[in-house]
Amino acid sequence: MLNYAVKRLGLSVAIVSLAMFLLFCMIYLVPGDPASVALGPRATEAMKEAMRVRMGLDQPVWVQFWNFFTGAWTGDLGEEVLSGRPVLDVVLEQLPYTLVLIAGGISWSVALGIPLGCWAAINRGSFADRLVGILSVAVIAVPSFVVAIYALLIFAVTLQWLPAIGAGEPGDVGDQLVHLILPSLAVGLGWVGYIARMVRASMLEVLEASHIRTARAFGLPERLITYRYALTIAILPTITLLGIGIGQMLSSAVFAEIVFARPGVGKLVYDAILTRNFPLVTGAVLVTTVIFVLLNLIADLIVGALDPRVRSSF
Amino acid sequence: MRRLLREPLGLFGLSLVLLVILGAVFADLLTQWDPTRINPRDRFLGPSAAHLLGTDQLGRDLFSRVLHGGRIALYVALVSTAISLAIGIVLGLIAGYGPRWLDNLMILLFDAMKSFPTVMLALALVTITGPSLTSVILVVILVNVPGYARIVRTQTIAIKSSEFVTAAQSMGASTARILRVHIMPNVIGPLVILASMDIPVVIAIEAGMSFLGLGVRPPTPSWGSILNDGFGQIRETPWIAIAGGLPIIIITLGFTFLGETLRDVFDPRLKGRG
Repeated sequence: MLNYAVKRLGLSVAIVSLAMFLLFCMIYLVPGDPASVALGPRATEAMKEAMRVRMGLDQPVWVQFWNFFTGAWTGDLGEEVLSGRPVLDVVLEQLPYTLVLIAGGISWSVALGIPLGCWAAINRGSFADRLVGILSVAVIAVPSFVVAIYALLIFAVTLQWLPAIGAGEPGDVGDQLVHLILPSLAVGLGWVGYIARMVRASMLEVLEASHIRTARAFGLPERLITYRYALTIAILPTITLLGIGIGQMLSSAVFAEIVFARPGVGKLVYDAILTRNFPLVTGAVLVTTVIFVLLNLIADLIVGALDPRVRSSF
Repeated sequence: MRRLLREPLGLFGLSLVLLVILGAVFADLLTQWDPTRINPRDRFLGPSAAHLLGTDQLGRDLFSRVLHGGRIALYVALVSTAISLAIGIVLGLIAGYGPRWLDNLMILLFDAMKSFPTVMLALALVTITGPSLTSVILVVILVNVPGYARIVRTQTIAIKSSEFVTAAQSMGASTARILRVHIMPNVIGPLVILASMDIPVVIAIEAGMSFLGLGVRPPTPSWGSILNDGFGQIRETPWIAIAGGLPIIIITLGFTFLGETLRDVFDPRLKGRG
């Protein structure tokens, strides 16, 4: 297990390093001068020159890359243009909002997806099974921003059941939860479908397994077999799925934050683009990428700990 | 094809897709309104016989904008999928047939590419390149290529040690010929099915970027920008948001139902991917 963990960790470090390199290439190889982008069209040549020196753009490319790379690994992502605060501080300040939103999305998808998938598997081939199948595909297909807008339109603007804007009063947990319902639904709805399909498929596999047959032979009640002996195993692949899912939910969270005017990393980056706050954009992208890789790592390690076959095939 | 028509879900998906394609192709015949013509006296009209989906905050006919927006969506879907496939095939063949160290390096590269959340990548890229249709296509390529290249690589590795390839090698065929004549035809089938299943994702990326103002520039109609107009005016009228969201729902459902059915019919081995 330790061997596997070290190898898997090494791979993650390599992926993050390479992602940093790619991001660096993207910034510096794509036409456009970051200094003039940051200062806007009215900046004088002298201002741009000063900005270039401040951003280290006057140095050779490899020095720039080395500074960016070592800085990024030690948590120094530069300063944001407007207030001069360290980028990492600004991003970490907004991160909890986004993580709460994603946790909300996961809650929706697990709370709805696992029972639906389980129900479909037990009633295999029935009308209900087909219905769950079609609905799963449908919610996976529809983009989250359409869900967000329609949810806003129906539940907040027309019916006025739920609030449309913001993350709720600080300190008032109930209010914050109410504000979380619609945005997290937009983030999690698609994953209800993924999880339902995944649970259904692995449930069907597990229900064929010999330990279930043994349990039946012992005359255990069907309920106990299904929920205690089959479902607990069938849920395992969902862990890996969620590891990948959180990356996509990060994307959906950007839309949900903008549509529902919630604070968070997505809103931060979106606003940073409008104000041409370039280092902030890069920094936020890097932080979310690291989170994504980290979550994948955790998911793989959990599965590796639970399933020895994964470890040996690595 | 006949089996596809026997599946009700596939047939339903096919009709939705055809509906949108025909609407986009014959947009000029189906409506007499110009999608970009501003008409301040007719702002915020609800659906009526004259304006099937109503009008937006500038008095533009929404039905006409939706039909013309379909052209943008389909154009992006076709062009960017074709380019991603071409790049993905070439990179995948290199990784699969080339030396081991190159393979490892490229796999790492693909994984790193995939570790950026899509929207974050789009936001970062557009900050530099500026919003345009080209930026959208670029984002789609960056998102799609790693996945396609990986599939081609896996298939290439599986095929490269098979007997007919060894036979071709022993007869002195060049590497280029082996790749083109012997390996590529075996790789392309499953790849095209997967690519067609990705089309709704591509359309969603275009609409999403245009929604954020990172894609098509106004006044060009795109489903995403109509949706954004609707979002801006959501307290004024629901019709703009409904008009922008509907075609996105129709096309993504259509392509997904069609793709699922096609996959089950043609390649049962791929069942349960994702």
